Amino acid sequence: MNKRVALTGNEAIAKAMQQINPDVVAAYPITPQTEIVQIFSKYVADGLVDTEFVTVESEHSAMSACIGSAAGGARSMTATSANGLALMWEVVYIAASTRLPIVMPVVNRALSGPINIHCDHSDAMGARDSGWIQLFSENAQEAYDNAIQAVRIAENKDVLLPVMVNLDGFIISHAVENLNINDAEEVQKFVGEYKAEHYLLDKENPITVGPLDLQDFYFEHKRQQSEAMKYAKETVKEIGKEYGKLTGREYGFFSEYKLEDAEIALIGMGSTMGTAKAAVDELREQGVKVGLLKLRMFRPFPAEELAKALSHVPVIGVLDRAETFSTNGGPLFTDMHYALYGQDHKLIDFIYGLGGRDTNVSHVKGMFEMLQKAKDGQPIDRINYIGVRE
Amino acid sequence: MSKEQKPGWKSLPIGGLILTAGNADEYNTGGWRVKRPEWIPDNCIHCLFCWVYCPDSSIETEEGKMTGIDYEHCKGCGICAEVCPAKEKAIVMEPEGGKEDGDE
Repeated sequence: MNKRVALTGNEAIAKAMQQINPDVVAAYPITPQTEIVQIFSKYVADGLVDTEFVTVESEHSAMSACIGSAAGGARSMTATSANGLALMWEVVYIAASTRLPIVMPVVNRALSGPINIHCDHSDAMGARDSGWIQLFSENAQEAYDNAIQAVRIAENKDVLLPVMVNLDGFIISHAVENLNINDAEEVQKFVGEYKAEHYLLDKENPITVGPLDLQDFYFEHKRQQSEAMKYAKETVKEIGKEYGKLTGREYGFFSEYKLEDAEIALIGMGSTMGTAKAAVDELREQGVKVGLLKLRMFRPFPAEELAKALSHVPVIGVLDRAETFSTNGGPLFTDMHYALYGQDHKLIDFIYGLGGRDTNVSHVKGMFEMLQKAKDGQPIDRINYIGVRE
Repeated sequence: MSKEQKPGWKSLPIGGLILTAGNADEYNTGGWRVKRPEWIPDNCIHCLFCWVYCPDSSIETEEGKMTGIDYEHCKGCGICAEVCPAKEKAIVMEPEGGKEDGDE
Protein backbone atom coordinates (compact mmCIF):
# COMPACT_ATOMS: atom_id res chain seq x y z
CA MET A 1 0.00 0.00 0.00
CA ASN A 2 1.25 3.44 -0.90
CA LYS A 3 0.66 6.40 1.33
CA ARG A 4 0.91 9.98 0.04
CA VAL A 5 2.91 12.20 2.36
CA ALA A 6 4.74 15.51 2.30
CA LEU A 7 8.38 15.16 3.37
CA THR A 8 11.74 16.76 2.81
CA GLY A 9 14.36 14.58 1.14
CA ASN A 10 16.14 14.09 4.44
CA GLU A 11 12.89 13.09 6.14
CA ALA A 12 12.18 10.67 3.30
CA ILE A 13 15.61 9.06 3.70
CA ALA A 14 15.18 8.82 7.47
CA LYS A 15 11.77 7.25 6.89
CA ALA A 16 13.30 4.73 4.48
CA MET A 17 15.95 3.90 7.09
CA GLN A 18 13.26 3.44 9.74
CA GLN A 19 11.38 1.05 7.47
CA ILE A 20 14.57 -0.84 6.58
CA ASN A 21 15.29 -1.08 10.32
CA PRO A 22 19.02 -1.78 9.93
CA ASP A 23 20.96 -3.63 12.63
CA VAL A 24 23.53 -0.87 12.98
CA VAL A 25 23.68 2.82 12.06
CA ALA A 26 26.91 4.68 12.78
CA ALA A 27 26.81 8.28 11.62
CA TYR A 28 28.13 11.76 12.23
CA PRO A 29 26.14 14.88 11.37
CA ILE A 30 27.19 17.24 8.58
CA THR A 31 25.26 19.86 6.62
CA PRO A 32 23.09 19.17 4.62
CA GLN A 33 22.80 15.54 5.79
CA THR A 34 22.36 16.41 9.50
CA GLU A 35 18.60 15.87 9.68
CA ILE A 36 18.88 12.28 8.49
CA VAL A 37 21.00 11.43 11.51
CA GLN A 38 18.95 13.63 13.83
CA ILE A 39 15.59 12.18 12.80
CA PHE A 40 16.88 8.63 12.78
CA SER A 41 18.37 8.99 16.25
CA LYS A 42 14.92 10.08 17.43
CA TYR A 43 13.45 6.90 15.96
CA VAL A 44 16.06 5.01 17.97
CA ALA A 45 15.26 6.94 21.16
CA ASP A 46 11.52 6.42 20.67
CA GLY A 47 11.99 2.68 20.20
CA LEU A 48 10.63 2.73 16.64
CA VAL A 49 13.60 0.76 15.33
CA ASP A 50 15.74 -2.07 16.72
CA THR A 51 18.91 -0.43 15.45
CA GLU A 52 22.11 -0.18 17.47
CA PHE A 53 22.93 3.49 16.93
CA VAL A 54 26.62 4.29 17.27
CA THR A 55 27.45 7.93 17.89
CA VAL A 56 30.95 8.49 16.59
CA GLU A 57 33.49 11.28 16.70
CA SER A 58 34.02 11.60 12.96
CA GLU A 59 33.00 10.25 9.56
CA HIS A 60 36.18 8.17 9.44
CA SER A 61 34.89 6.43 12.56
CA ALA A 62 31.35 6.23 11.18
CA MET A 63 32.48 4.25 8.16
CA SER A 64 34.93 2.23 10.25
CA ALA A 65 32.14 1.25 12.64
CA CYS A 66 29.96 0.27 9.68
CA ILE A 67 32.78 -1.87 8.32
CA GLY A 68 33.20 -3.57 11.68
CA SER A 69 29.51 -4.22 12.11
CA ALA A 70 29.00 -5.35 8.50
CA ALA A 71 31.97 -7.72 8.84
CA GLY A 72 30.28 -8.97 12.00
CA GLY A 73 27.21 -9.84 9.96
CA ALA A 74 24.97 -6.84 10.69
CA ARG A 75 23.02 -4.84 8.12
CA SER A 76 24.74 -1.48 8.43
CA MET A 77 24.01 2.05 7.24
CA THR A 78 25.41 5.54 7.55
CA ALA A 79 24.91 8.86 5.74
CA THR A 80 27.13 11.80 4.95
CA SER A 81 27.92 14.79 2.72
CA ALA A 82 30.94 16.37 1.03
CA ASN A 83 33.74 16.93 3.57
CA GLY A 84 32.37 14.12 5.70
CA LEU A 85 32.72 11.77 2.75
CA ALA A 86 36.21 13.09 2.20
CA LEU A 87 37.13 12.41 5.81
CA MET A 88 36.03 8.79 5.53
CA TRP A 89 38.03 8.40 2.32
CA GLU A 90 40.34 5.49 3.05
CA VAL A 91 37.64 3.46 4.75
CA VAL A 92 35.23 4.09 1.86
CA TYR A 93 37.66 2.07 -0.28
CA ILE A 94 38.07 -0.57 2.42
CA ALA A 95 34.28 -1.05 2.64
CA ALA A 96 34.12 -1.78 -1.08
CA SER A 97 37.21 -3.96 -1.31
CA THR A 98 36.23 -5.98 1.76
CA ARG A 99 32.92 -6.50 -0.07
CA LEU A 100 30.67 -5.22 2.68
CA PRO A 101 27.10 -4.33 1.64
CA ILE A 102 26.86 -1.01 3.48
CA VAL A 103 24.25 1.49 2.31
CA MET A 104 25.08 5.19 2.55
CA PRO A 105 22.90 8.10 1.47
CA VAL A 106 25.14 10.98 0.36
CA VAL A 107 23.46 14.37 0.41
CA ASN A 108 25.48 15.95 -2.37
CA ARG A 109 27.33 19.10 -1.45
CA ALA A 110 30.32 20.92 -2.90
CA LEU A 111 33.59 19.60 -1.60
CA SER A 112 35.70 22.54 -0.46
CA GLY A 113 37.05 24.96 -1.08
CA PRO A 114 36.52 27.74 -0.44
CA ILE A 115 34.05 26.38 2.08
CA ASN A 116 30.55 25.93 0.68
CA ILE A 117 27.60 23.93 1.98
CA HIS A 118 25.42 23.87 -1.13
CA CYS A 119 24.77 21.36 -3.84
CA ASP A 120 27.03 19.97 -6.47
CA HIS A 121 28.26 16.48 -7.24
CA SER A 122 31.95 16.97 -6.50
CA ASP A 123 31.73 14.86 -3.34
CA ALA A 124 30.24 11.82 -5.06
CA MET A 125 32.40 12.22 -8.16
CA GLY A 126 35.52 12.02 -6.05
CA ALA A 127 34.37 8.61 -4.87
CA ARG A 128 33.43 7.33 -8.31
CA ASP A 129 36.43 4.98 -8.49
CA SER A 130 36.17 3.72 -4.90
CA GLY A 131 34.24 0.61 -5.92
CA TRP A 132 30.86 1.74 -4.58
CA ILE A 133 27.68 1.43 -6.62
CA GLN A 134 26.37 4.97 -7.12
CA LEU A 135 22.69 5.79 -7.64
CA PHE A 136 21.41 9.34 -8.19
CA SER A 137 17.97 10.72 -7.40
CA GLU A 138 15.91 13.43 -9.07
CA ASN A 139 13.67 14.09 -6.07
CA ALA A 140 12.69 12.91 -2.60
CA GLN A 141 10.60 10.08 -4.05
CA GLU A 142 13.56 8.64 -5.91
CA ALA A 143 15.87 9.12 -2.94
CA TYR A 144 13.45 7.16 -0.75
CA ASP A 145 12.97 4.44 -3.37
CA ASN A 146 16.70 4.20 -4.09
CA ALA A 147 17.56 3.80 -0.41
CA ILE A 148 15.23 0.82 -0.04
CA GLN A 149 16.41 -0.84 -3.25
CA ALA A 150 20.05 -0.21 -2.35
CA VAL A 151 19.82 -2.68 0.53
CA ARG A 152 18.82 -5.52 -1.79
CA ILE A 153 21.35 -4.53 -4.48
CA ALA A 154 24.22 -4.38 -2.00
CA GLU A 155 23.39 -7.66 -0.31
CA ASN A 156 22.99 -9.75 -3.46
CA LYS A 157 25.34 -12.73 -3.05
CA ASP A 158 27.06 -12.10 -6.38
CA VAL A 159 27.37 -8.35 -5.77
CA LEU A 160 28.24 -7.72 -2.12
CA LEU A 161 29.26 -4.14 -2.74
CA PRO A 162 28.36 -0.97 -0.83
CA VAL A 163 25.84 1.43 -2.37
CA MET A 164 25.86 5.21 -2.27
CA VAL A 165 22.41 6.80 -2.65
CA ASN A 166 22.92 10.36 -3.89
CA LEU A 167 20.46 13.19 -3.43
CA ASP A 168 21.09 16.86 -4.08
CA GLY A 169 21.88 18.92 -0.99
CA PHE A 170 19.17 21.42 0.02
CA ILE A 171 17.37 21.18 -3.34
CA ILE A 172 16.14 17.69 -2.46
CA SER A 173 17.25 17.31 1.16
CA HIS A 174 15.50 20.40 2.50
CA ALA A 175 12.58 20.96 0.13
CA VAL A 176 9.21 19.47 1.02
CA GLU A 177 7.70 17.32 -1.69
CA ASN A 178 4.71 15.05 -2.01
CA LEU A 179 5.75 11.46 -2.32
CA ASN A 180 4.42 7.95 -1.92
CA ILE A 181 5.83 5.88 0.88
CA ASN A 182 5.38 2.15 1.31
CA ASP A 183 3.94 0.20 4.18
CA ALA A 184 6.62 -0.57 6.75
CA GLU A 185 5.72 -4.29 6.60
CA GLU A 186 6.05 -4.26 2.82
CA VAL A 187 9.52 -2.74 3.05
CA GLN A 188 10.48 -5.34 5.66
CA LYS A 189 9.27 -8.09 3.36
CA PHE A 190 11.10 -6.54 0.41
CA VAL A 191 14.46 -6.16 2.13
CA GLY A 192 14.15 -9.45 4.03
CA GLU A 193 16.55 -10.55 6.73
CA TYR A 194 20.24 -10.10 6.04
CA LYS A 195 22.19 -13.31 6.35
CA ALA A 196 25.88 -12.90 5.61
CA GLU A 197 27.56 -16.02 4.30
CA HIS A 198 30.78 -15.36 6.19
CA TYR A 199 30.86 -13.10 9.23
CA LEU A 200 33.07 -12.51 12.23
CA LEU A 201 30.46 -13.39 14.86
CA ASP A 202 30.00 -16.89 13.40
CA LYS A 203 31.91 -18.71 16.13
CA GLU A 204 31.55 -22.11 14.42
CA ASN A 205 33.37 -20.86 11.34
CA PRO A 206 36.14 -18.47 12.33
CA ILE A 207 37.38 -16.21 9.53
CA THR A 208 39.96 -13.48 9.04
CA VAL A 209 38.79 -10.13 7.63
CA GLY A 210 41.13 -7.56 6.15
CA PRO A 211 44.47 -9.39 6.08
CA LEU A 212 47.58 -8.04 4.39
CA ASP A 213 47.05 -8.64 0.66
CA LEU A 214 50.31 -8.37 -1.26
CA GLN A 215 51.66 -8.89 -4.77
CA ASP A 216 50.44 -12.46 -4.99
CA PHE A 217 46.73 -11.94 -4.17
CA TYR A 218 45.70 -8.24 -4.28
CA PHE A 219 45.25 -8.16 -8.06
CA GLU A 220 42.89 -11.18 -7.96
CA HIS A 221 40.73 -9.41 -5.39
CA LYS A 222 40.53 -6.30 -7.59
CA ARG A 223 39.55 -8.51 -10.54
CA GLN A 224 36.75 -9.98 -8.41
CA GLN A 225 35.53 -6.46 -7.62
CA SER A 226 35.32 -5.61 -11.32
CA GLU A 227 33.27 -8.73 -11.92
CA ALA A 228 30.95 -7.94 -9.01
CA MET A 229 30.37 -4.47 -10.50
CA LYS A 230 29.45 -6.07 -13.82
CA TYR A 231 27.02 -8.31 -12.02
CA ALA A 232 25.63 -5.34 -10.09
CA LYS A 233 24.17 -4.07 -13.38
CA GLU A 234 21.93 -7.13 -13.63
CA THR A 235 20.96 -6.83 -10.00
CA VAL A 236 20.07 -3.13 -10.22
CA LYS A 237 17.79 -3.98 -13.15
CA GLU A 238 16.14 -6.97 -11.43
CA ILE A 239 15.59 -5.18 -8.14
CA GLY A 240 14.24 -2.12 -9.99
CA LYS A 241 11.64 -4.33 -11.67
CA GLU A 242 10.72 -6.14 -8.48
CA TYR A 243 10.33 -2.82 -6.69
CA GLY A 244 8.13 -1.64 -9.57
CA LYS A 245 5.80 -4.61 -9.10
CA LEU A 246 5.51 -3.83 -5.40
CA THR A 247 5.04 -0.07 -5.62
CA GLY A 248 4.19 0.79 -9.21
CA ARG A 249 7.46 2.72 -9.45
CA GLU A 250 9.89 0.76 -11.61
CA TYR A 251 13.54 1.75 -11.88
CA GLY A 252 16.26 1.03 -14.43
CA PHE A 253 19.71 2.41 -15.23
CA PHE A 254 18.20 5.61 -16.58
CA SER A 255 14.90 7.01 -17.79
CA GLU A 256 14.11 8.72 -21.05
CA TYR A 257 11.98 11.81 -21.45
CA LYS A 258 10.65 12.61 -24.94
CA LEU A 259 13.82 11.07 -26.33
CA GLU A 260 12.21 8.83 -28.97
CA ASP A 261 12.24 11.31 -31.85
CA ALA A 262 14.63 13.85 -30.33
CA GLU A 263 17.20 15.48 -32.59
CA ILE A 264 19.10 17.09 -29.72
CA ALA A 265 19.19 15.79 -26.17
CA LEU A 266 20.66 16.35 -22.74
CA ILE A 267 21.92 13.75 -20.31
CA GLY A 268 22.48 14.41 -16.64
CA MET A 269 21.79 13.38 -13.05
CA GLY A 270 20.02 14.69 -9.99
CA SER A 271 17.45 17.39 -9.29
CA THR A 272 18.24 19.49 -12.36
CA MET A 273 16.63 16.72 -14.42
CA GLY A 274 13.27 17.99 -13.20
CA THR A 275 14.14 21.50 -14.35
CA ALA A 276 15.30 20.09 -17.68
CA LYS A 277 11.96 18.31 -18.20
CA ALA A 278 10.19 21.67 -17.89
CA ALA A 279 12.58 23.10 -20.50
CA VAL A 280 11.93 20.13 -22.80
CA ASP A 281 8.17 20.64 -22.45
CA GLU A 282 8.41 24.34 -23.33
CA LEU A 283 10.61 23.71 -26.36
CA ARG A 284 8.43 20.81 -27.53
CA GLU A 285 5.46 23.18 -27.48
CA GLN A 286 7.41 25.36 -29.90
CA GLY A 287 7.99 22.31 -32.08
CA VAL A 288 11.67 21.81 -31.27
CA LYS A 289 12.53 18.12 -31.09
CA VAL A 290 14.40 17.98 -27.82
CA GLY A 291 14.75 15.12 -25.36
CA LEU A 292 16.28 14.19 -22.05
CA LEU A 293 18.02 11.18 -20.58
CA LYS A 294 18.14 11.07 -16.79
CA LEU A 295 20.91 8.82 -15.54
CA ARG A 296 20.17 6.98 -12.30
CA MET A 297 23.10 4.58 -12.10
CA PHE A 298 26.49 6.23 -12.49
CA ARG A 299 28.57 3.34 -11.11
CA PRO A 300 28.64 0.84 -12.66
CA PHE A 301 28.35 2.96 -15.82
CA PRO A 302 25.79 1.56 -18.28
CA ALA A 303 27.76 2.53 -21.40
CA GLU A 304 26.26 0.02 -23.85
CA GLU A 305 22.69 0.78 -22.86
CA LEU A 306 23.32 4.54 -23.07
CA ALA A 307 24.85 4.19 -26.52
CA LYS A 308 21.78 2.29 -27.67
CA ALA A 309 19.32 4.76 -26.15
CA LEU A 310 21.09 7.74 -27.70
CA SER A 311 22.07 6.15 -31.03
CA HIS A 312 19.57 8.24 -33.02
CA VAL A 313 20.51 11.59 -31.42
CA PRO A 314 23.26 13.37 -33.41
CA VAL A 315 24.00 16.13 -30.88
CA ILE A 316 24.11 15.42 -27.16
CA GLY A 317 24.69 17.83 -24.30
CA VAL A 318 26.16 16.45 -21.09
CA LEU A 319 25.24 18.06 -17.77
CA ASP A 320 28.08 17.87 -15.25
CA ARG A 321 27.53 19.22 -11.75
CA ALA A 322 31.24 18.75 -11.04
CA GLU A 323 34.53 19.79 -12.61
CA THR A 324 37.44 17.40 -12.98
CA PHE A 325 40.08 20.06 -13.73
CA SER A 326 41.47 17.68 -16.33
CA THR A 327 40.72 20.50 -18.86
CA ASN A 328 38.66 17.88 -20.71
CA GLY A 329 35.28 18.49 -19.12
CA GLY A 330 33.30 16.95 -16.29
CA PRO A 331 33.24 13.31 -15.20
CA LEU A 332 30.05 12.37 -17.03
CA PHE A 333 31.36 14.01 -20.22
CA THR A 334 34.44 11.78 -20.17
CA ASP A 335 32.38 8.65 -19.58
CA MET A 336 29.95 9.60 -22.34
CA HIS A 337 32.84 9.77 -24.79
CA TYR A 338 33.68 6.21 -23.83
CA ALA A 339 30.04 5.12 -24.20
CA LEU A 340 29.68 6.70 -27.64
CA TYR A 341 33.17 5.98 -28.95
CA GLY A 342 33.16 5.05 -32.59
CA GLN A 343 29.68 6.46 -33.15
CA ASP A 344 28.99 9.63 -35.03
CA HIS A 345 27.76 11.96 -32.28
CA LYS A 346 28.68 15.48 -31.34
CA LEU A 347 29.13 15.84 -27.59
CA ILE A 348 29.04 19.14 -25.72
CA ASP A 349 29.70 19.55 -22.01
CA PHE A 350 27.77 21.87 -19.73
CA ILE A 351 29.36 22.31 -16.34
CA TYR A 352 26.69 23.89 -14.14
CA GLY A 353 25.45 24.55 -10.63
CA LEU A 354 28.76 24.36 -8.76
CA GLY A 355 28.46 25.28 -5.09
CA GLY A 356 24.68 25.46 -5.36
CA ARG A 357 24.58 28.04 -8.18
CA ASP A 358 20.98 28.09 -9.34
CA THR A 359 20.19 26.44 -12.64
CA ASN A 360 16.75 27.29 -13.96
CA VAL A 361 14.62 26.51 -17.00
CA SER A 362 16.07 29.36 -19.03
CA HIS A 363 19.60 28.06 -18.42
CA VAL A 364 18.58 24.65 -19.73
CA LYS A 365 16.83 26.22 -22.72
CA GLY A 366 20.07 28.07 -23.38
CA MET A 367 21.90 24.74 -23.45
CA PHE A 368 19.41 23.36 -25.97
CA GLU A 369 19.91 26.48 -28.09
CA MET A 370 23.64 25.82 -28.15
CA LEU A 371 23.02 22.18 -29.10
CA GLN A 372 20.75 23.35 -31.91
CA LYS A 373 23.48 25.66 -33.19
CA ALA A 374 25.98 22.82 -33.05
CA LYS A 375 23.54 20.67 -35.01
CA ASP A 376 23.25 23.42 -37.61
CA GLY A 377 27.00 23.36 -38.01
CA GLN A 378 27.87 26.49 -36.06
CA PRO A 379 31.02 26.37 -33.94
CA ILE A 380 30.24 25.71 -30.25
CA ASP A 381 32.82 25.21 -27.51
CA ARG A 382 33.16 21.61 -26.36
CA ILE A 383 33.19 22.64 -22.71
CA ASN A 384 30.85 25.33 -21.41
CA TYR A 385 30.30 26.79 -17.95
CA ILE A 386 26.62 27.58 -17.42
CA GLY A 387 25.56 30.35 -15.05
CA VAL A 388 29.04 31.59 -14.20
CA ARG A 389 29.76 35.33 -14.41
CA GLU A 390 32.23 36.22 -17.17
CA MET B 1 58.38 -24.42 -0.24
CA SER B 2 56.49 -25.86 -3.19
CA LYS B 3 55.93 -23.73 -6.27
CA GLU B 4 52.34 -24.84 -6.80
CA GLN B 5 49.97 -22.58 -8.74
CA LYS B 6 48.03 -20.17 -6.53
CA PRO B 7 44.25 -19.99 -6.99
CA GLY B 8 42.83 -17.60 -9.61
CA TRP B 9 40.30 -14.84 -8.95
CA LYS B 10 37.34 -17.09 -9.70
CA SER B 11 38.13 -19.54 -6.91
CA LEU B 12 39.50 -17.23 -4.20
CA PRO B 13 37.21 -16.13 -1.35
CA ILE B 14 36.09 -12.55 -2.06
CA GLY B 15 37.17 -9.43 -0.23
CA GLY B 16 40.44 -10.91 1.01
CA LEU B 17 38.61 -13.09 3.51
CA ILE B 18 40.51 -16.05 4.93
CA LEU B 19 37.99 -18.76 5.64
CA THR B 20 40.20 -21.26 7.45
CA ALA B 21 41.43 -20.80 10.99
CA GLY B 22 44.99 -21.48 12.11
CA ASN B 23 46.50 -21.00 8.67
CA ALA B 24 49.41 -18.88 9.94
CA ASP B 25 51.20 -22.23 10.34
CA GLU B 26 51.34 -22.50 6.54
CA TYR B 27 53.15 -19.19 6.19
CA ASN B 28 56.85 -19.57 6.93
CA THR B 29 58.33 -16.40 8.30
CA GLY B 30 61.73 -17.82 9.28
CA GLY B 31 63.30 -16.14 6.27
CA TRP B 32 62.74 -12.72 7.88
CA ARG B 33 65.35 -13.51 10.56
CA VAL B 34 68.52 -11.45 10.88
CA LYS B 35 69.59 -13.03 14.19
CA ARG B 36 68.74 -16.56 15.28
CA PRO B 37 68.16 -17.75 18.84
CA GLU B 38 70.52 -20.54 19.82
CA TRP B 39 69.33 -22.85 22.62
CA ILE B 40 71.93 -24.10 25.09
CA PRO B 41 70.22 -27.13 26.73
CA ASP B 42 72.81 -27.40 29.52
CA ASN B 43 71.85 -23.93 30.81
CA CYS B 44 68.08 -24.42 30.45
CA ILE B 45 65.99 -24.59 33.63
CA HIS B 46 62.75 -25.29 31.63
CA CYS B 47 60.89 -22.37 33.18
CA LEU B 48 59.20 -21.84 29.78
CA PHE B 49 59.33 -18.04 30.04
CA CYS B 50 60.46 -18.10 26.39
CA TRP B 51 57.40 -20.18 25.46
CA VAL B 52 55.10 -17.68 27.18
CA TYR B 53 56.68 -14.60 25.61
CA CYS B 54 57.39 -15.85 22.06
CA PRO B 55 55.02 -13.85 19.78
CA ASP B 56 55.28 -16.49 17.03
CA SER B 57 54.66 -19.66 19.06
CA SER B 58 58.06 -20.88 17.95
CA ILE B 59 59.29 -22.49 21.17
CA GLU B 60 58.89 -26.24 20.87
CA THR B 61 58.03 -28.21 24.01
CA GLU B 62 57.27 -31.75 25.06
CA GLU B 63 55.65 -32.70 28.35
CA GLY B 64 56.33 -29.31 29.88
CA LYS B 65 59.97 -29.17 28.85
CA MET B 66 61.60 -27.10 26.17
CA THR B 67 62.88 -29.21 23.28
CA GLY B 68 63.94 -26.67 20.64
CA ILE B 69 63.04 -23.76 18.39
CA ASP B 70 60.82 -23.77 15.28
CA TYR B 71 63.06 -21.96 12.78
CA GLU B 72 60.39 -22.11 10.07
CA HIS B 73 58.36 -19.50 11.96
CA CYS B 74 60.82 -17.77 14.36
CA LYS B 75 61.37 -14.20 13.12
CA GLY B 76 64.42 -13.70 15.35
CA CYS B 77 62.96 -10.92 17.52
CA GLY B 78 65.17 -11.98 20.47
CA ILE B 79 62.47 -11.72 23.15
CA CYS B 80 63.17 -15.31 24.26
CA ALA B 81 66.85 -14.53 24.89
CA GLU B 82 65.88 -11.32 26.70
CA VAL B 83 63.43 -12.96 29.10
CA CYS B 84 65.54 -16.06 29.80
CA PRO B 85 66.16 -15.91 33.60
CA ALA B 86 68.81 -18.62 33.81
CA LYS B 87 72.08 -17.56 35.45
CA GLU B 88 73.94 -18.56 32.32
CA LYS B 89 71.54 -17.66 29.48
CA ALA B 90 69.97 -20.74 27.88
CA ILE B 91 69.11 -18.77 24.72
CA VAL B 92 71.56 -16.44 23.00
CA MET B 93 71.17 -14.55 19.74
CA GLU B 94 73.68 -15.28 16.98
CA PRO B 95 73.95 -13.58 13.58
CA GLU B 96 71.87 -15.49 11.02
CA GLY B 97 74.11 -17.28 8.57
CA GLY B 98 77.18 -16.56 10.67
CA LYS B 99 77.20 -20.05 12.02
CA GLU B 100 76.15 -22.88 9.78
CA ASP B 101 75.59 -26.53 10.61
CA GLY B 102 78.93 -28.30 10.79
CA ASP B 103 80.89 -25.03 11.13
CA GLU B 104 82.92 -24.44 14.24
